[in-house]
Amino acid sequence: MIRFENVTKVYDQKARPALDSINLEIDRGEFAFLVGASGSGKSTFLRLVLKEDRASSGAVYVAGQNVANISSWRVPRLRRGIGVVFQDFRLLPQKTVFANVAFAMQVIGKSRSVIRDTVPEVLKTVGLEGKENRLPHELSGGEQQRVAIARAVVNRPGILLADEPTGNLDPTTSMGIMGVLDKINQNGTTVVMATHDDDIVNEMRKRVVELKNGVVIRDEARALYTSMIPVVGQSRRLRDASGRDEPPAASPRAETRAEARGLRTAGEGQA
Amino acid sequence: MRLAFVLSEIGSGLRRNLSMVISVILVTFVSLTFVGAAGMLQLQINQMKGYWYDKVQVAIFLCSDGSTAPGCATGPATPEQEDNLRKLLQSPAVAQYVNDFQYESKDDAYKHFKEQFSNSPIVDSVTPDQLPASFRINMKDPEKYEIISETFSSQAGVETVIDQRQLLERLFSAMNAASLVAVSIAGVMIICAILLIATTIRLSAFSRRRETGIMRLVGASKMVIQLPFILEGVIAAVIGAALASGTLWAVAHFFLGEVLSKQYPDTAFISPGQTLMLAPALIGLGVVLAGISSLLTLRRYLRV
Repeated sequence: MIRFENVTKVYDQKARPALDSINLEIDRGEFAFLVGASGSGKSTFLRLVLKEDRASSGAVYVAGQNVANISSWRVPRLRRGIGVVFQDFRLLPQKTVFANVAFAMQVIGKSRSVIRDTVPEVLKTVGLEGKENRLPHELSGGEQQRVAIARAVVNRPGILLADEPTGNLDPTTSMGIMGVLDKINQNGTTVVMATHDDDIVNEMRKRVVELKNGVVIRDEARALYTSMIPVVGQSRRLRDASGRDEPPAASPRAETRAEARGLRTAGEGQA
Repeated sequence: MRLAFVLSEIGSGLRRNLSMVISVILVTFVSLTFVGAAGMLQLQINQMKGYWYDKVQVAIFLCSDGSTAPGCATGPATPEQEDNLRKLLQSPAVAQYVNDFQYESKDDAYKHFKEQFSNSPIVDSVTPDQLPASFRINMKDPEKYEIISETFSSQAGVETVIDQRQLLERLFSAMNAASLVAVSIAGVMIICAILLIATTIRLSAFSRRRETGIMRLVGASKMVIQLPFILEGVIAAVIGAALASGTLWAVAHFFLGEVLSKQYPDTAFISPGQTLMLAPALIGLGVVLAGISSLLTLRRYLRV
């Protein structure tokens, strides 16, 4: 469903690339976590899938199509096939729950009757039945994120990208959100979720792709947030992967965790 | 559905940005009023030129019933006198200065008079008899007017010889200068209007960046995202253009029609209806201005 072939993305010629020769394939119906410190390239990955940016080299395939070959006036069609959820929900504050979800259908020209039928159904899927007429500020954070998820999937996209969807939520609420995402995944939607939330990753036991400095340093099925590969091995892999200027860490395992925790708060501002 | 959506977006955009929208309306109103004023001056010049102005330079008026000139002591010009004058015009001494000449009978004169003064009450009180017949002469060199004047003034049956250009040229150059000033002011105001429309669209795009961001993500087409902004600018500009057209009409109706035409009954003024012919041009200009400036602004500030 999503395939990266040797993808490199350079924002600034003088700095290291944001993504460095990434090869990655995510199959239809898969659920994948994208983990790694801030600046490791997670957001760049998601932006390339959405064609918000162009890869500096290499090819990005979404649903079998090379996004570089999609002309600018066809980009909206690409994006209709991809739902996106953010850490900060991005709801329209003056619109009700129903209107927020319906908005995604209105702007692509769906008829009123289709909207009337579909929206309640989707709200039910995310567990918000009976709250159609609430305004976003009358909802809890978890409920707001559910509205955002409903909006992302209301047009039945094949792919759902979630950029730290639980970053603003407490652990219990986060698990509720994960339940919703899992349910959507069960219905056949490919889900890619960038996250710093180790508890969730450990709980879900899905595929984990770990990025560091723009390089995939780990890609495991049914994995944990941190690697299960022995410490010594990972240390060499880290060095090899980043190529240079990586100081040999005394205990890379401990370092990665600490870094992840530290950046969990730091990363919130720039989602 | 999509149309209804775009319309509601436009409505909310106009409401949110009301003060800016009003300033866009006023600036386009003022700038297009100046453009229209220049247009009106040109229309007025054309009106005053009448039938002969662009065709001939010199007119030889023949004696008619009421003529008091010394050459008209014998009463209205007779056909023989007219023939003499025609022969004189064709004689080599005169013909070398003349490109072409035409005879305007009393009936022709009345017809042209009616056309030129169609907006004036004077037309009802004039009959063909009161208007003189004339020879209209197209000179090879308009500066040689004196020669014609000297040759013909003393001829029997000639009331007067007039250099039409000299009579009106002064007035027209003043009016042309005035329309140039109006166009320059309009130019400056149009620059203001373009910048103001750009700023308005920018503000509007900024205040709705949440909506447009979401629209982008869910795959709304470029047109659905941008059209409300473009139409906002266009609607404001069209209202301004309509106000400008209304103002021009009011000037033609109340000032020219009611005041000036009474003070100068022998001058042909343009009618209010003629100024309305400028309205489509003004509205078109407003639409183009707003459309172009909002397109350029959106290209920079509303990435799709």
